Amino acid sequence: MQQENWTSVIESRSSISFYTLKEVWQYRDLLWMFVKRDMVTNYKQTILGPLWFFIQPALTTALFVFINKAAKTTTNGIHPILFYLIGVTAWSYFAECLTKTSTTFKDNAYIFGKVYFPRLILPLSIIVSGLLKFFIQFSLFLATLISFLIIGNTEVHIQPTILLIPVLIFIMAGLGLGGGMIITSLTTKYRDLALLIQFGVQLLMYGTLAVPLNSIKDPILYKIMLSNPMIPIINTFRQAFFNDTIFSLSNLLYSCLVMVILLLIGFYTFSKTEKTFTDTV
Amino acid sequence: MADTIIKVEDLSKQYRLGEIGTGSLSHDLNRWWYKIRGKEDPYLKIGETNDRTQKGNSDYVWALRDINFEIKRGETWGVIGKNGAGKSTLLKLLSKITAPSTGLIKINGKMASLLEVGTGFHGELTGRENIFLNGAILGMKRKEIASKLDEIIAFAGVEKYIDTPVKRYSSGMYVRLAFAVAAHLDTDILILDEVLAVGDASFQRKCLGKMNDAATNHGKTVLFVSHNLSQVQGLCKYGMLLENGVLKTTGNINKVVGEYVLGNQQSTHIDVSQIPRVGPKSTDFFIRKLTFLSDVSNIYENEEIEFEIEFDCTASIQELVLGFSIKDTLDAALIECRSTSSIPTINIQKPGTYTITTKLNPKLAAGIYVLNIGARCLNGPLEYVPSVTNLEILPNNKEEIEEWNKPSAGIMLMPSIWTLK
Repeated sequence: MQQENWTSVIESRSSISFYTLKEVWQYRDLLWMFVKRDMVTNYKQTILGPLWFFIQPALTTALFVFINKAAKTTTNGIHPILFYLIGVTAWSYFAECLTKTSTTFKDNAYIFGKVYFPRLILPLSIIVSGLLKFFIQFSLFLATLISFLIIGNTEVHIQPTILLIPVLIFIMAGLGLGGGMIITSLTTKYRDLALLIQFGVQLLMYGTLAVPLNSIKDPILYKIMLSNPMIPIINTFRQAFFNDTIFSLSNLLYSCLVMVILLLIGFYTFSKTEKTFTDTV
Repeated sequence: MADTIIKVEDLSKQYRLGEIGTGSLSHDLNRWWYKIRGKEDPYLKIGETNDRTQKGNSDYVWALRDINFEIKRGETWGVIGKNGAGKSTLLKLLSKITAPSTGLIKINGKMASLLEVGTGFHGELTGRENIFLNGAILGMKRKEIASKLDEIIAFAGVEKYIDTPVKRYSSGMYVRLAFAVAAHLDTDILILDEVLAVGDASFQRKCLGKMNDAATNHGKTVLFVSHNLSQVQGLCKYGMLLENGVLKTTGNINKVVGEYVLGNQQSTHIDVSQIPRVGPKSTDFFIRKLTFLSDVSNIYENEEIEFEIEFDCTASIQELVLGFSIKDTLDAALIECRSTSSIPTINIQKPGTYTITTKLNPKLAAGIYVLNIGARCLNGPLEYVPSVTNLEILPNNKEEIEEWNKPSAGIMLMPSIWTLK
């Protein structure tokens, strides 16, 4: 009576089949527990507590405004504080998804070495807890926007593209998740790339946020700028509130395409790596 | 009823030794080059058995090699072996923490593994929050945990502290809480790696009791790894012995434990000079050899054993006393014998080699025991040699030998007078 209907078979060959999302779904409670843990533990025993969520974008914006004044770059007529604050807020969500996901295997090597659960849960929990942080920071932007309106310091032209914001968030999460999964998979054994990532993200931030795309006159530089999938997203964010440029659907679709490609490669490398990374991390 | 729940086929796991760097990069590139041409991994053909005491000449070792076994539903298995025998690797493969190099593991049912208790516990979270987090990590649903919450808290005995961050817990409370979560897992297969080696004695008993209950009353399949042989014997019915990554024996747990403890070191002539000494050591005295005069491989209950000890004296020794002790496999001393019981005083006047013989009926019940020898003189201890050899005492009823189940209720088998009316 040899039955052949096993619930699971563990084998050496890593199957090329895509991630079993069903399993992730079964562990969805764990996802929430991780999100909750991150939220609760992040600012425990700090005096300013969640206020730290505001300090980080405020200081980064201040730096950009300072550079803007010093270098006399354009902000398409938007007040520099608002111009940079919306950019920094959106960017920091992407950056957080990317950098935190990119160390998933290394940071969680201990827990992964002791217990099995779908490894994908952890990067997903990063995306979700980042989202909460993003909403808090986004409310800072809205508060600043409203206070500028009250003072009468700026003009706001809300565009229908504001409805695209959930899509923009989704693309940023996908870009961060996909890129992060590729990096964490590639760096479990040889960590060289991990050293580059912190520095690279900083560099890319200046490249993405410092000047609006339409102020670039050099055609080659323009093309290079446009190859950055985060540029259309930041542009759409600014356009939605201030209508400073023309909304380009094709540019946004390009970001979408990059996201899909990164996610596909990311899932593939991640599911290949997760099987044996505890041996080499 | 007796359907197979875990089936392991030709399971092997290879590890690479040394550091990861340019050397491993060249191997990786080579492996990748074979792979894209559709050839087999060249490094899987090499590698040697995992004997860590010997320096090998290959960078690859087999932590496990060609393991095959089958476990049926409701069975309790103990995995034993020395450090580095591959026990933990086997559990890691079974619990999907890392993938095997070759071979298959087929599982039929829901499985949970506890390679450690309290994995993922976060010091900043309260006991209650950690129960939910840890339970979720182990694969429990939120609803399931909520329904068992009171039971878990009661089992851990930490009601008073349940809303305090666990970093304020004593280490004992921490472990009790962690194990309590694990003990309430509802799975078909439970894999345990020495997790019971925590907590105080009463809590250990409680855990063992819970596991026993899970196996016998709820039909759970348990796979348990431990160095504590009495725990393994207490919990498991079957055992497997791993040695250098190879499965050596499977079967009845007592038989397997017996083979593990006895090893291959049961011989009539024992070269004691090679065995490391423990404690104070005199330069004037040295035990050289121990020779059994009785048949050491067939000692039955209530039979006499007789052996001879050969020793060197390099100076005169006053009031020499030789002795031996017999311990059980858990290192509890059961019997002590001294030469003074028949030779009140031995005074060695001139240096030389001497032999002394001794004979006794240890009256021990069937089981495995360890013989230790030592000597002292007027000035204090001369030498102590632990674990000179193992003694396997066989039951008198020869049919039982194959299947002698649990060690007898007692250690000693005392002659006693009975009258039937």
